[in-house]
Formats: sequence, C-alpha cells, structure tokens
Amino acid sequence: MGGLIKSSVAKKFAMALSGLFLVLFLGQHFVINFTSVISPDTFNELSHFMGTNFLVQALLQPILIFGVIFHFVMGFVLEIRNRNARAVNYVSYNGAANSSWMSRNMIWSGLAILAFLALHFYDFWVPELVHKYVQSHPEDATRYYGETIAKFESPVRTGLYVVAFVFLMLHLLHGFSSSFQSIGWNNKYSKGIRNFTVAYAIIIPLGFIFIALFHYINNL
Amino acid sequence: MKLTLKIWRQENANTKGKMVTYPIDGVEGDMSFLEMLDVLNEELINKGEEPVEFDHDCREGICGACSLQINGEPHGPDKLVTTCQLHMRSFKDGDTIVIEPFRAKAFPVVKDLIVDRSSFDRIQHAGGYISVNTSGNTIDANSIPINKHDADDAFAAATCIGCGACVAACKNASAMLFTSAKVSQYALLPQGQVEAADRVQEMVRQMDEEGFGNCSNTGACEIECPKGISLENIARMNREYMSANTKG
Repeated sequence: MGGLIKSSVAKKFAMALSGLFLVLFLGQHFVINFTSVISPDTFNELSHFMGTNFLVQALLQPILIFGVIFHFVMGFVLEIRNRNARAVNYVSYNGAANSSWMSRNMIWSGLAILAFLALHFYDFWVPELVHKYVQSHPEDATRYYGETIAKFESPVRTGLYVVAFVFLMLHLLHGFSSSFQSIGWNNKYSKGIRNFTVAYAIIIPLGFIFIALFHYINNL
Repeated sequence: MKLTLKIWRQENANTKGKMVTYPIDGVEGDMSFLEMLDVLNEELINKGEEPVEFDHDCREGICGACSLQINGEPHGPDKLVTTCQLHMRSFKDGDTIVIEPFRAKAFPVVKDLIVDRSSFDRIQHAGGYISVNTSGNTIDANSIPINKHDADDAFAAATCIGCGACVAACKNASAMLFTSAKVSQYALLPQGQVEAADRVQEMVRQMDEEGFGNCSNTGACEIECPKGISLENIARMNREYMSANTKG
C-alpha cells in the first residue's frame, strides 16, 4: 500500500477523483446561483436549506473543504516533482507545437482560482460563519438574496470575479477531460466525454460571469 | 543553403554546458539532419576543433538512437519521424536552428548532444518481459487465437523504439508514454497475463525511482512520438496499475 500511495499513477488518480468531485460541486453551485437571476425566493430557499441542513453542514461541507484542500495540496506536490524532473531547462522549447496553453499552465490557472477562493471565502463564507456562530443571529431565511447581490455593487469585485471565472474556464478546459484519462478512461466514449467536458468548461464559467454581471448591472 | 546552427556543447555530465554558434554553408535539401551534422563535424575536424557528439545508429528510423531537440521539438518540426529521417528540405536558407540534447533529470548529458537513456533500460528490466517455457515444448505464439483489435493495439504499442522523445517533449519530463507502451504490448496479449500485475507495479515503481515527472495529459508525447504511440496506452497503464494494487 505504501508504494501505491507514493506512486505517480496513484497521485494522479487521486488528483483526478478530487477534480471530478469539485466539477460536480461546481455544477450544483451554479444551479443554485442561477436561481438568484430568475427567482430570489427560490434562491433564498435553496441557500437556507444548504446553510442549515444538518447533512449538508455536517457531512457534505467537510468533504467539500477536504476536497478543495486536497486538490490544491496535491497540485503543488505534483508540480514540485514535475519541476525537479528537468534540472536544466531548454534554451528553445516550442510547447505550442504539441500541446494547448491550458494543459501546460494548469498550475497558474489553479493558483488564480486559489486566489479567487480566498476572496470568495472572505466575501461569503467568513461573513456566514460570523453571522451564525459569532453573532448568533436568529435564522432569517430571506437574507441570502440581499446579501449576495450587495457583493456585486463593486465594479472591482465584479471584475475580479469575471477574471477568476475565465481562469476557471481555462482550468476546466483541460482538467475535466484530463481527469478521465488519469483514472484510465480512454475508450470509444472518450470523444463524446471530451465534447461534453468542453461544453461544461465553457458554459458553467460563462454562466457564473453572466450571474455576476447581471447583479452588477441590476445594482446600477 | 546557408544556415546558422546553435548547438549545445557540454564536456561531460559534471560540467556546465553552453550554446555555441556555428555557421554552415552548402547544405542540400536532400541531406538528412544527421548528414548535415556530419558535414559540420568534418569542417570542425579539419579546423582542429572538437566535433559535436551526437547519438546515431541505424539512420533508418527504427533503432531509437538519435535524440535531438531541434528548435524546441524532439526530432524536429516534422511529425512521425526520427532525427535521422528528418531532411534539410524542412528548413529554408538563412534559418537558425537550435539543437539541444533531450533534457530530463533521468537523462543526464554524457557529452554535447548525447544523453544517457539507460533509465529506460532499467524500466524495461523491472518488468518488460514475459516468461516462456523453453524446455522443448514451447507453444508457437501464433497458435493462440487473439482478436485482431487487441493484436493490432499490442503491435502498435510494441513499435515504441524507446528514443525518449516523449520524455523530451513533456513539460514534466514524464516517461508515462514509454512505460505504458511497454506495459500495453504485453497486457493486451495472453502471453503477458501471468506477470501482468507484477509487471505494471514494478515498471511504474522503477519509472518513479528514476526521477521522471508526472503525466499532465498535455498530449505532447503522443504528438512528438516518431512512432505515433497513443495516449490510450497511458490510460490502460493507469487502469492496470490501480487494478493490480487494489487486488493486493
């Protein structure tokens, strides 16, 4: 078992599984956020459910936090080994001749997403923890919509969110389909899966950008 | 044609190398890349200078000995060819060509453009074989029915010549394409089943020990491989490896 944990194949396997889990979470996050555009009441109901349901808070949230931390830490672990594997760099390296920019720069798009997560947690998660556990406010199932759209009054914050979602798109364009290869899934269905992952990688971040811009424009 | 060559010169593994510029004239389009280097070396020898060391053997694209990084790509700009099969017609008069060794921690430079690829041999030794009873009752391999799809895939994997272009092309200097080709060529055939679990575990262990990087699935290895070894082999190796480990 020790050999398995240390092996490059198993590390990439685990990286892929955590990535696929985060992709699933992203889809669910998008669906809930999108309701803020079409129905503030539905958004409040769903947010209240996610913020107060025992199963979500006690089981899914810790798994999600673990998944996020694991994905980032493993990303750094893999990157360090990758950089050490070439002691002297090429004088001339034509990466564009054989691979996409996204695939060669996952660490940079990942770091941009990590920076965004710090802002996102500062904006939403920290105030939520303070509201619930420090200030101990009584439950108010109608507060979520107002608190969310208030964040998009700032053009700077809205702009940062839009830039972060572009990096998310770049990360997903390679990472989503790549994770199937890492878990050994390369067969007759791969072309269909690749098309689906590309569509997902474009539509979900564009949807998040739309939501941010929608609330920013509504706030004007 | 007239060309400017920028070539990596390095005395040995313990010294630092540097790029040295050599102008060359009279290069014909029908010359192979290695013949062009032969002409350069003739000139250097005539001038009393040290010739540029580079690996070569069959010069027919089948031995995997030649190993040059040319203008940032292993085996140069053409696809599905080794350096010895690359011809100077792929360049034009006045071009500057940057020539470097394949770079990886697991491929230390021996001299100039020659690198030590014995790490590949050690990966092969770790499990790239099958055991065949040679007591006199050996069964002819052709007497075992194998479906054509598997036979074709096994043969395609077996065309890997172990040149190291996959490692050279990979931004992580990963040897996953090479190792997976060697795993796949046996994993797909009945003769390879007996040692299948040990093989993949041992070859991956050796690959990691040699200091190669991880696979980021950029696909650069597949594009630059002179034999067109498919990324499907890496997925197969991942499956084989996880399956072998979870079975205990």
